[in-house]
Amino acid sequence: MPAPQCFSCHAARAALRRPRSGQALCGPCFCTAFEAEVLHTVLAGRLLPPGAVVAVGASGGKDSTVLAHVLRELAPQLGVSLRLVAVDEGIGGYRDAALAAVRRQAARWDLPLTVVAYADLFGGWTMDAVARSTAGTGRSRACCTFCGVLRRRALEEGARLVGATHIVTGHNADDMAETVLMNFLRGDAGRLARGGGLGSRGEGGALPRCRPLQLASQKEVVLYAHFRRLDYFSEECVYAPEAFRGHARDLLKLLEAARPSAALDLVHSAERLALAPAARPPPPGACSRCGALASRSLCQACALLDGLQRGQPRLAIGKGRGGRDKEGPPGPLPPPPSDPESAPGPAAGECGAACKERCE
Amino acid sequence: MPQPWLPLPVSGQNLCQDAAFKDGIWDCFRAFYVHKFRAVLGKNRLIFPGEKVLLAWSGGPSSSSMVWQVLEGLSQDSAKRLRFVPGVVYVDEGAACGRSREDRAKTLTDVRQILQTLGFPWHIVTLEEVFALPPSVLRCSAQDPVGTVGTYKVAVDSFLQQQRTLAAEGLRGSPSSAQGEEQPSQPCTQDSQDPVGPPPAAQTEALSQLFNSVKTLTAKEELLQTLRTHLILHVARTHGYSKVMTGDSCTRLAIKLMTCLALGRGAFLAWDTGFSDERHGDVVVVRPMREHTLKEVAFYNRLFAVPSVFTPAVDTKASEKASIHRLMEGFLLRLQAQFPSTVSTVYRTSEKLVKAPRDGCAAGPRCLLCMCSLDVDSADSATAFGAQTQDFSQTPPPTPRAKAGAPAGPCCAAGLGGAPNCWQGTRPCGREGSRARVLEHLCYACRVTMKDVPCLDPLPPYILVEAQLRSQRPSAEIQEHLVENSDDEAPASGSGARGPPEQEGKEARAARDCINKNFFN
Repeated sequence: MPAPQCFSCHAARAALRRPRSGQALCGPCFCTAFEAEVLHTVLAGRLLPPGAVVAVGASGGKDSTVLAHVLRELAPQLGVSLRLVAVDEGIGGYRDAALAAVRRQAARWDLPLTVVAYADLFGGWTMDAVARSTAGTGRSRACCTFCGVLRRRALEEGARLVGATHIVTGHNADDMAETVLMNFLRGDAGRLARGGGLGSRGEGGALPRCRPLQLASQKEVVLYAHFRRLDYFSEECVYAPEAFRGHARDLLKLLEAARPSAALDLVHSAERLALAPAARPPPPGACSRCGALASRSLCQACALLDGLQRGQPRLAIGKGRGGRDKEGPPGPLPPPPSDPESAPGPAAGECGAACKERCE
Repeated sequence: MPQPWLPLPVSGQNLCQDAAFKDGIWDCFRAFYVHKFRAVLGKNRLIFPGEKVLLAWSGGPSSSSMVWQVLEGLSQDSAKRLRFVPGVVYVDEGAACGRSREDRAKTLTDVRQILQTLGFPWHIVTLEEVFALPPSVLRCSAQDPVGTVGTYKVAVDSFLQQQRTLAAEGLRGSPSSAQGEEQPSQPCTQDSQDPVGPPPAAQTEALSQLFNSVKTLTAKEELLQTLRTHLILHVARTHGYSKVMTGDSCTRLAIKLMTCLALGRGAFLAWDTGFSDERHGDVVVVRPMREHTLKEVAFYNRLFAVPSVFTPAVDTKASEKASIHRLMEGFLLRLQAQFPSTVSTVYRTSEKLVKAPRDGCAAGPRCLLCMCSLDVDSADSATAFGAQTQDFSQTPPPTPRAKAGAPAGPCCAAGLGGAPNCWQGTRPCGREGSRARVLEHLCYACRVTMKDVPCLDPLPPYILVEAQLRSQRPSAEIQEHLVENSDDEAPASGSGARGPPEQEGKEARAARDCINKNFFN
């Protein structure tokens, strides 16, 4: 059966059906529509004002590759300039290949690239070292928690280095849908209260961050990358299989089979959640150590690093843990409280919040 | 042999760990179970003494347990006796599930047998009765002010005073029982409602047709739930019940919360899963079983031989992947096996949700079907709703394929999983118009459900009539508004938005844009 005609140009044969609407389109028309939709999101959401210097969080993966490409196409129209910022978490066998892809992209698109490494920023702690440290406690899922928090800090640093005014990340609708599912399953009311919009305005000196691809479905991102023949790195992080997000991802796949618009429906739900004021996180202040945005005396990154240094890697994971605000000297310290380790249920902030969730 | 102790996830308590294998252990469990029921009611202080409360009984374990507890609660001595006046409603949904007349009659016999032992008025209604519902059932009635703590205390005190007076009078002269309550001492059959025979075949056929035309099981379940709610609401209003109790357990509510989230009902979670749901105004739905897990319910029912009737539902033989409801149930129960605190975590999060402030039910237009305030954005906003309604796939120059008379803007009617005839643009305007007229009054989630209902004509008349009424009614108001804000272009006609003027104009424009773009066709 011959393919139907493209619904848009009525000239070429359709090459795909859009997952959400089922419309048959040819490659170029689909790409045009996709770009137009991203443009609309940015304009209607007032995400990137003219004159902005935009730091694109580039991981080498499909989302950030598509994001960078689309923004590059739209940059003249939006009046913004782009910088690529890549983060080197120090995951052997994975990040090197991904960074190579980012370097190729930067060369091809002629965009300035800055690479920030955990090893430099965080006193020699690479993700592999963190994983070794947390593996000793028997729950290696926690390394994803570290990665997410530290990466966010690293992106912020990298953005400042290049003089950016905004940070963009490539989260798509499926990511947001998984996030809201995950936050409910883990009872993370604080994050539920914070999430839902297209990004954060940037309180207390942090750069405003946004997600222009938030309303695009993952399938369409992959299709776009295919039709534009984009070169990206498609392997999964070596630590990913242990993350809790995997459950949410499986659930989303099932939901989409029953109802194709499930991801967008979840995004809609997330936009409209109303949480009690008591559940919302306190207004953020500044970290007493590094000055970054923090809701307690120490920001999450400093607290986690603190824990690593003191040989208590699980120190800042989970709610209400003691010893977090104490800046005692290193030495024989009591073993970490054993409660969440043995309890079967996931507590908020724990259980491998997969990296993507924190990068917002 | 049952375990000597039961880990009860909601409360985190381990009951009677030291009681070993004693028979008395089950008294402990029973006391705890009943206590939870009473505590949920007492804590919320919404049910006033002497109030008429309709118990929605599905025949399933949770609602049976609830009915049983009410029965027990009413027969206790006066200090601890439950003070409200109950009735029971059972809805026969056989037509929607494709059951035969004989099967339905058999189930009804079992149902009647149980209802007769209860001693309170009962109402057996068939789902076919939705064809006789008045459009007024979809309107939010003026709300009686919800009692404050002070009012509740005053009401209870005056009720107790009344009791004492009546008891004293009873002792003096009257030979009748000293209770003096409104509750009759024998089954009150004159208040009961029981269909004499099976419903008219035409109605059964119409209902079957409606449900068979729905394309997905998810949409079927949602539609069934909507119709059932309207029917129960109508029974409650007709017979003067101001509260409806449903038997949703903790487990059920956690599943419901995640399901509603996936369906796009994030705005309404607090109403859908909270203790009380006052969206209808005069009739408030309460969920007294919300702190009992399904496991506890099963134990209790087994130990104390609570009667229940198994009724096949719309999804009884469906595969797990068939509907969002089933998927979520399967997922949560599986995850619960791996992380035993999953259900309680979800439940606890649900308690942190608030009902976004609304004063009374007149503010803002409400969804025609689920009666929550509309949660739709304007059609070109940078939100999920906007993403569903906009479409950048079509370039402006119209070709012969484009609909005659369609606006020059994007038209995304075709190929949206709707009927194939959408492509051709030869559908008569009237039918399109009537579908659009219903859809514009629906919230996001109800619109997505209706996407799976290809033709809205088989819907019961009360829905279509009310949609028409709402579309027509406020046009005078809109005209008035447009004269005031003369910088707005293009008059709206036939849009049914209500509410404060600024919102109204925006809503009307949004509704019109949405219809013109013919998205949810």
